[in-house]
Amino acid sequence: MNFLKNFFEKTEPYVQKGAKYHWLNSVHDGFFTFLFVPKKTSKSGTHIHDFIDMKRTMSIVVLALIPSLLFGMYNVGYQHFKVIGELASTGFFDIFLYGFLKVLPVVIVSYGVGLGIEFVFAQIRGHEINEGFLVSGMLIPLVMPIETPLWMIAIATAFAVIFGKEVFGGTGMNIWNPALLARAFLFFAYPAQMSGNSVWYSFSENAQTIDGFTGATPMAEAAAGNITYTVSDAFFGFIPGSIGETSTLAILLGAVVLLVTGIGNWKIMFSTVAGGLFMGILLNIFAGSQGLSEEAATFFGIPFWHHMVLGGFMFGAVFMATDPVSAAQTQKGKWIYGFLIGVLAILIRVLNPAYPEGMMLAILLMNTFAPLIDHYVVQGHIKRRMKRAKVAA
Amino acid sequence: MSEPLFSRKNLKLLSDPINDSNPITVQVLGICSALAVTAQLKPSVVMALSVVAVMALSNVIISLLRNTIPNRIRIIVQLVVIASLVILVDQVLKAFVYDVSKQLSVFVGLIITNCIIMGRLEAFALGNRPWQSFLDGVGNAAGYGVILIIVGFARELFGSGSIYGFQIIPDSWYIANGGFYENNGMMILPPMALITVGIIIWVQRSKNRKLIED
Repeated sequence: MNFLKNFFEKTEPYVQKGAKYHWLNSVHDGFFTFLFVPKKTSKSGTHIHDFIDMKRTMSIVVLALIPSLLFGMYNVGYQHFKVIGELASTGFFDIFLYGFLKVLPVVIVSYGVGLGIEFVFAQIRGHEINEGFLVSGMLIPLVMPIETPLWMIAIATAFAVIFGKEVFGGTGMNIWNPALLARAFLFFAYPAQMSGNSVWYSFSENAQTIDGFTGATPMAEAAAGNITYTVSDAFFGFIPGSIGETSTLAILLGAVVLLVTGIGNWKIMFSTVAGGLFMGILLNIFAGSQGLSEEAATFFGIPFWHHMVLGGFMFGAVFMATDPVSAAQTQKGKWIYGFLIGVLAILIRVLNPAYPEGMMLAILLMNTFAPLIDHYVVQGHIKRRMKRAKVAA
Repeated sequence: MSEPLFSRKNLKLLSDPINDSNPITVQVLGICSALAVTAQLKPSVVMALSVVAVMALSNVIISLLRNTIPNRIRIIVQLVVIASLVILVDQVLKAFVYDVSKQLSVFVGLIITNCIIMGRLEAFALGNRPWQSFLDGVGNAAGYGVILIIVGFARELFGSGSIYGFQIIPDSWYIANGGFYENNGMMILPPMALITVGIIIWVQRSKNRKLIED
């Protein structure tokens, strides 16, 4: 590694302000701090720094996403061979290799487009390259159905980075979670490619499929009144769905990493799950009420804990809702924010026939309201303290 | 009237609203109709022309009447003038371009509530001579229309794959026909119109030095 370090140190004078290659400054800085711990010291204010800067934070989140990614790759292959009926005769590595080759281009496109735009903006605006996209670039592939065309992923990524982040001023200024924005963009722009029964499995059109195969996800099946997958299948993730969202187990591994390192906020995760369970219980109670169609009654009646392992609920709760930029900032606000995400996600999932899954919309909606929640929490604090001050006087 | 008809000052009345003080991108007025009618290019063009007609004529009429309108009821007088002109325009559209008129539906009638028109009557026509008012009306309506047409062009091209009703993207490109392309459904929805207007504002502000704020 030393020759790299020497290279970056030697080239540093050439990219300073006023030097020959000054326009490469942010690129130089970006790669240098990515590879080595920044040696910058502060000139004023706080002098003691945590070693966790933004790059380390982001790297740990990416690390936490690895189990979901690996399992997602395996599951893509698993679903593929299951559908064409060759699951029993295919080895583990063939299954994984198939999924790996399917998922890799998506990851490359997402990172290539997103980082490209980040670099261009950093150069134009003359600021450092922000690391925020390291995580978004990994999240975007994980929330996409496997059969999304690559150019759509490229457009969605560009949209999310430019209109979700750069117009607000870059990393740390965004109102919404960029990865979810990319998915929402595709969801509304190309509904045929993002939902329905043809995008969740990867196989060529004229391939033989097993009898009774429809291509629907467990969410779509549940909306139609069929519970087709057992809880353990859904927990381990052997169900069709977006690449990284299926395995609750892999997501929980990631959650452990986030919680142990203190990067993900446990209050948001906990309250999101609590909100989801609460809404699930509420729906269970009303499942027997009169006037419900048969499908609705079945959907209402899904055991509340079953909702946790279906669809994108866990993935959203662990990786999306906890995004420190777009979530609520105050401690009390985090409880409210998370709880409402859980409630709304299950509410949209079960009660709105147009959207089979509600996690994406619930998180985006609560991202929008997070500043409002914070505002009232802070106002509440101020009011309470004012009162206390008056009593003392 | 010693001033020539197309003096530099008068021409500025015409050109200013197209760029430096554009009613949509700079003053952010008339957004509602700009979002609603621009899903396709044809209605955008028709809407732009209608607004040009209503705005130029109402500016002239109010300017002619400006010394006789009692100040306290000027708003209602302006409304009557605009409303009559809008009804005229609506009848003309129904007679000659019925399909577009149906597409525009209620938005032709809503020209009455377009704040650009009221704003120009209040701010300009009430205090200036008819010719200047005419130029101001045409200029502002053109500024509005230009944005409408740009937005309509982009939205129709990406949202429907056509321009002015003519298919631009070849049929064989579409996924349904074995290709790879798909129209962007979000372009047809109003949110994307807002974002398109936002992009125009972004580009304009980064090009036009006068609009850059510190």
